[in-house]
Amino acid sequence: MHQTAVTTAANAGGLAPAPTMTPDEALVEAHRCLMCWDAPCTRACPTTIDVPGFIKQIAYDDLIGSARTILESNILGASCARVCPTEVLCAGACVLNDLHERPIDIGRLQAYGTDGVVFGDIDLFKPSEPTGHSIAVVGAGPAGLACGAELARLGHDVVLYDANEEPGGLNTYGVASYKMDMATSLREVDFVRRLGVEIRQSTAVGSDVAMDDLLVDHAAIFLGVGLGPVPPLGLDGEGLDGVADALEFIADVRAGGVDLAGQRVAVIGGGNTAIDAVTQAARLGAERVYLVYRRGRDEMKAYPHDIERALTSGVEFIHWSAPVRIEGSGSVAALVCERTAYSGGGNGVRELAAVPESEYKLPVTMVMRATGQEKRRGFLDALDGVATDAGGRVIVDENFRTGNPRIWAGGDCVNGGREVVNAVAHGKAAALDIDRMLRSDDAARE
Amino acid sequence: MADLSVNICGIESPNPFWLASAPPTNTGDQIARAFDAGWGGAVWKTLGDPVENVYSRYSAVDLNGQKMMGFSNIELITDRSLAVNLVEIEAVKKRHPENVVIVSLMVESNPEAWDEIITQVEQAGADGIELNFGCPHGMSERGMGSAVGQVPEYTCDITRWAKASATVPVFVKLTPNITDITVAARAAKSGGADAVSLINTINSITGVDLDSFIPRPVVGNKSSHGGYSGPAVKPIALNMVAAIAADPVTEGLPISGIGGIATWQDVAEFILLGSTTVQVCTAVMHHGYRIVEGMAEGLSNYLDSKGMASVNELRGRAVAKVTDWQSLDINYIVKAEIDQDKCIHCGLCYVACLDGAHQAIGAERTQDDKTRVWIIDDLCVGCNLCSLICPVQGCIEMVERELGQTHMTWNEYLSDDKPGELHPRPKHGITIGEA
Repeated sequence: MHQTAVTTAANAGGLAPAPTMTPDEALVEAHRCLMCWDAPCTRACPTTIDVPGFIKQIAYDDLIGSARTILESNILGASCARVCPTEVLCAGACVLNDLHERPIDIGRLQAYGTDGVVFGDIDLFKPSEPTGHSIAVVGAGPAGLACGAELARLGHDVVLYDANEEPGGLNTYGVASYKMDMATSLREVDFVRRLGVEIRQSTAVGSDVAMDDLLVDHAAIFLGVGLGPVPPLGLDGEGLDGVADALEFIADVRAGGVDLAGQRVAVIGGGNTAIDAVTQAARLGAERVYLVYRRGRDEMKAYPHDIERALTSGVEFIHWSAPVRIEGSGSVAALVCERTAYSGGGNGVRELAAVPESEYKLPVTMVMRATGQEKRRGFLDALDGVATDAGGRVIVDENFRTGNPRIWAGGDCVNGGREVVNAVAHGKAAALDIDRMLRSDDAARE
Repeated sequence: MADLSVNICGIESPNPFWLASAPPTNTGDQIARAFDAGWGGAVWKTLGDPVENVYSRYSAVDLNGQKMMGFSNIELITDRSLAVNLVEIEAVKKRHPENVVIVSLMVESNPEAWDEIITQVEQAGADGIELNFGCPHGMSERGMGSAVGQVPEYTCDITRWAKASATVPVFVKLTPNITDITVAARAAKSGGADAVSLINTINSITGVDLDSFIPRPVVGNKSSHGGYSGPAVKPIALNMVAAIAADPVTEGLPISGIGGIATWQDVAEFILLGSTTVQVCTAVMHHGYRIVEGMAEGLSNYLDSKGMASVNELRGRAVAKVTDWQSLDINYIVKAEIDQDKCIHCGLCYVACLDGAHQAIGAERTQDDKTRVWIIDDLCVGCNLCSLICPVQGCIEMVERELGQTHMTWNEYLSDDKPGELHPRPKHGITIGEA
């Protein structure tokens, strides 16, 4: 039952995820749990996993039971165990914090409580009676996988269409390697496949297969298309060698073989992608790693525990600075920045503005942008009845229905980019609604 | 620093900390090291006809990740020759004349056998002997150990034989595997015992291997019941010690208390309930002889804090505080009070009271999404459960209420001449659902 997730070459050095717990470690940690009534950890979980319930099962050595408890709430419980910002979710809500004690290590316990089933050969879930319906899921990232898994369990045929070479979306390509490696993500996808989900890789909807065809072939469609790449900033010199999208960099690191020895790296941005990129760059041996952010520490969207990890990995934070241009001949030689500051704007609103004549030069060899992924506007705009808001996010109702009665959507394309666990919650809720609708249509026809 | 020395039936001991007759006292070398570590005395592992043991012989009960909450053994008496043991007893006493060596004995039930072995261990220098009438496994099948201790007449007769031979004090070690320990203690006393040692281990099966279906410890493809010891048995031992200390028939009979002792607090409790010395085994099997350092330091500091110059001032002070239920004050009122500043909002007290006690705690989710709990004073019967469960020290306290009630026992309440009124109890109505 106790299997360690596979590791890859990319996990050498400081990039290896935390090791899975030993039985002794898990037992001691599980018994620290107070088993709260109306537990705040469960309330803090977007997929409302019964945390004290599965921890009790671990404590009493029922790892089939713990896996069922976790996976029935969150079918991607194995990856969420690794990539969730537990410090601000379940573990952040742990009452032991109020006792000034270390909160329960819920993430690692959850990995311990699921790995045996997810990465083993135990088939815990049997599909229901076949319904005869087929549903298309666009995008095999966390939202799509969660939606597809739930639909398959409910007896529907499910086909996931995914443009990438490998399934898993950001779990496979976009999370920091020290949280979860690529192989672990792929093994979890295999677990979803075993539930009866078909996945078609390298199949981009819109180019390799037409949306209209999906509408013909399938009773319903779930869009879990996520977000696009980080768009260029429009700076002079952005075409130089050494300028990259931070997400591409993270994907390259996950594939292995990235060597940053001797490099001086600047990452622009203050969110989670920026923090993952700088931390990995530092741990890959870059000579200097800078995080360049136009505002102060308090306004960074990255989580405090991730910021802490970046700092202890040797990253230097440059606040109140914005990029002006990139210099170099052929490849990057420097990032030119200017100072920024808040100025009292009209009617009391603070405005961030450049400080005049404050330009300075940061001698770097690589520049990465982590300034936010673009929305998949082109693709989404072409879909009949699917509307987006001003920020490019798909508009859905509380059941994740779009304006098109046969199309649902969830995950990053709906919320603009949040956690894996949020995407799983969306996918599952949408699946339940799709199932409800198809069954009520069936009933109406009879 | 308080004086820890004690005198038990004429034997002077530098402190009350003795090792019980068990694996930690198997050899002279072990006992010498134990004395070096600070143990005041040791009861030599039971001598008799040497046995052959099985290999697998101990098993344990862990609780919530804590090892050895309870411990069980099926080891028999010494497997070493009497001659070797006698030589070692002599050597230990020579090296440690100030320390107490009691030799535990178990032989077949005839006066000659007892006389012979008692004479030999006395010659070797034993300060006292302990009659092992307690061992519940193996030896009892051969008519010894608890097979003797469970029959008061046997206990009395063999004690009398031993007393007829012995010139040193005779301790009788009692088995808890009976219904009333005072009967056994009275039998020992009537046979002339100078002191009693209790409790020996409790008959037990610590668990079953869920794959092989063989109870623990697994010996080949079978197991056998063992003698249970460790922290789990302490409350049972305390009750038995207290019962003997309070029994007017055995009043004044010195007691060497045994059962789950691991800390200075445990020692203090046994002494408060009437023990003069204590004997320790399982805790030493778990952590080694050095635990005596903390016991000595802790007990001494405690006595100092109580202004007591000697441990003797502590002995028996709790005996009179144990009474029958019918003599308790039924008008003594306590109610739980929650310190909201200390509460960590785990809700454990709420669900425990709701499902397991008297439905006297309310709970709600606050606006900042925490569980707020409060005592429903009218329904609180003061049972203590919430205060026992609360994980935060000092968060839930049981507070005495002076509501003008008169002290009254159950017997007084039943009598015609009541000293006062019964204070009203919280009443819990029968409501099933909304009915």
